[in-house]
Amino acid sequence: MAENAQRNDTRALESFLESFEGLEADRSKSGGAWLQPVRRAAIARLADVGFPTTHDEDWRFTSLAPIVTTAFRPAEEAGVRVTAGSLEPFLFPGLACHRMVFVNGRFAPAVSSLSGLPQGVRIQSLAEALTNDRPLIEPHLARYEDFHQDAFSALNTAFLADGAFVSIPRGLVMAQPIHLVYVSVPGGAPGATQPRSLILAGEASQATVVEDYVTLGEGTSLSNAVTELVVGDGSVVSHYHIQRESRHTFHVATLRSQQGRSSTVASHTVLLGGSLTRRNIHPVLAGEGGECLLNGLFMANDRQHMDNYMKVEHASPHCDSRQFYKGVLDGRSHGVFHGRIIVHKDAQKTDAKQTNMNLLLSDDAQIDTKPQLEIYADDVKCTHGATIGQIDEDAIFYLRSRGIGEASARALLLYAFAGDMLQRMKIEPVRAHLERLVAQWLPQGNLLEGDR
Amino acid sequence: MLEIKNLRAKVNNREILKGVNLTIQSGEVHSIMGPNGSGKSTLAQVLAGRESYQVTDGEVMYNGKNLLELSPEERACEGVFMAFQYPVEIPGVNNTYFLKAALNAVRKYRGEEELDAMDFLALTRGKMKLLGIDEGMLNRSVNEGFSGGEKKRNEIFQMAVLQPKLCILDETDSGLDIDALRIVANGVNALRGPDRAILVVTHYQRLLNYIVPDFVHVLVDGRIVRSGGKELALELEAQGYVGIEAEAGQLAKA
Repeated sequence: MAENAQRNDTRALESFLESFEGLEADRSKSGGAWLQPVRRAAIARLADVGFPTTHDEDWRFTSLAPIVTTAFRPAEEAGVRVTAGSLEPFLFPGLACHRMVFVNGRFAPAVSSLSGLPQGVRIQSLAEALTNDRPLIEPHLARYEDFHQDAFSALNTAFLADGAFVSIPRGLVMAQPIHLVYVSVPGGAPGATQPRSLILAGEASQATVVEDYVTLGEGTSLSNAVTELVVGDGSVVSHYHIQRESRHTFHVATLRSQQGRSSTVASHTVLLGGSLTRRNIHPVLAGEGGECLLNGLFMANDRQHMDNYMKVEHASPHCDSRQFYKGVLDGRSHGVFHGRIIVHKDAQKTDAKQTNMNLLLSDDAQIDTKPQLEIYADDVKCTHGATIGQIDEDAIFYLRSRGIGEASARALLLYAFAGDMLQRMKIEPVRAHLERLVAQWLPQGNLLEGDR
Repeated sequence: MLEIKNLRAKVNNREILKGVNLTIQSGEVHSIMGPNGSGKSTLAQVLAGRESYQVTDGEVMYNGKNLLELSPEERACEGVFMAFQYPVEIPGVNNTYFLKAALNAVRKYRGEEELDAMDFLALTRGKMKLLGIDEGMLNRSVNEGFSGGEKKRNEIFQMAVLQPKLCILDETDSGLDIDALRIVANGVNALRGPDRAILVVTHYQRLLNYIVPDFVHVLVDGRIVRSGGKELALELEAQGYVGIEAEAGQLAKA
């Protein structure tokens, strides 16, 4: 019944189609007009398939009812300003970085800082690059993330207009991380933003990119982001995804990475905010000898829903992939970990490992964890494991028997559970800031000693 | 310091302690011996405040306070310390952080100033040496990957740092080789003093060669059936628990 209702409820879809029509004339004239056929194909695909339901295997544990029944409009862009002061709480103290801020999906140069970029590095708005750099963008943009496979990706592509464009030249090692802050400023009506970013890391280059989603103000909004990350041969990229939007936000974000020979990608995800979050990570190990690490922590309470969907594709021999995900679920929250590993026919000597550990802090919290291995090669090593547990009461008693109060003992054990995910994050100021966010999230996290 | 009167306790609805009476004065070292399943460890756990044990009768007065009304952390802050038979591994919690948090919790309770990292280090250095604890052990997660001997040394190290008034050793000798036993015993003996009482729970007499008790009590089937001086331990070692169990059985019938 509920599913039928969802299928038949076309409020979101209709309003997206309508918004697309409204933008059509404008987009066909803008600098990115050359992209309009792709946008049209994407909206046609979305109109055709609609939003998925829990009958779709990839969405089995996540009902999109709250999204499909909401008539979103493109979030207001004109006239929405944020001040440097209002962004202050979201910055990483002590981190020297290049920063781009997007407000409701649009680049906001006034609160960004892009001075002193190394020679040859480009960090600019995608809107600008669409206008001026078609030859650079066209071979990559929307070439990796296939919108035919995913309705939200089709939606993002249909409204593709702005986001970050980052290009690191061959051999360059970026000394400073790139912090991309996507700020939602909700208005009166439910607004949707569709940030689209493209990151090109040239051969043997090294870079760190932090994508950070935040909200200023109250109101319903949808962030539907897609980032394509193209990693050249021998290149090393660290990518961070931080979800700390308000509890009125729906958040769908896809990272699609394409890895060249002997490249290394470390993807770190921390989900704390939002009401309904779907995080897709889809690395394709296209060149031989590539490595990827997917490290993630999701912490939910109240009625938050957090769905982590991994699709790791081993397309070449001798590649390693590691997935380490931990969930902490309190209240009536619902977590999902769906870890797909696909080993293609030629990807011999694949070494793929997946672990997902979860702590349930209340009787009403729920976790669905599902490994899915599809192996078409014969000489591979693939392992997976998942655990679901509660806090170890013996450990609580041990700590209490040494004088530590019960609430502090619980906070300490929870922090320890989350801590090893944070330890894998190599940039100290970012990690330190996230450690504070995690401690703040914990019930009685304030009881942890300062120098933890 | 400690007065246990007619203590009865259950676990999973099975009565384990069936009326234990025991009085310990400061400065004394007592040992509780007994066969497996006699309730020795249960007594230690009940004193430490383990909630899975249900006290059904009796009372425990500790320095004028009703111990059974205090939470485990309050007991610790009041100076009760139990060295665990099976110390718990706590992945992700740094040993130093844990011990410093514990020490500061205890100090705060006593109205003393909390120690910073430097003071803490100064306080622990000598005790580390005494118990053969190296920096590496302190920087690891609590008990994680520790050998049996390392875990027991770590327990006594914690005891040395926290300076409790009532030390309860729950089968601290189990699984220790003779060298480790000596180190652990030295650590305990260093804590002996007029303001402190020590209760050594053990199955074997061997530990008592190193930690020489003032009193020995034999616990059989949830009751103390005999008490005596240190020579009682030697008698038990020579004759085993069989004789005393039979004797206790006759007593119960009579």
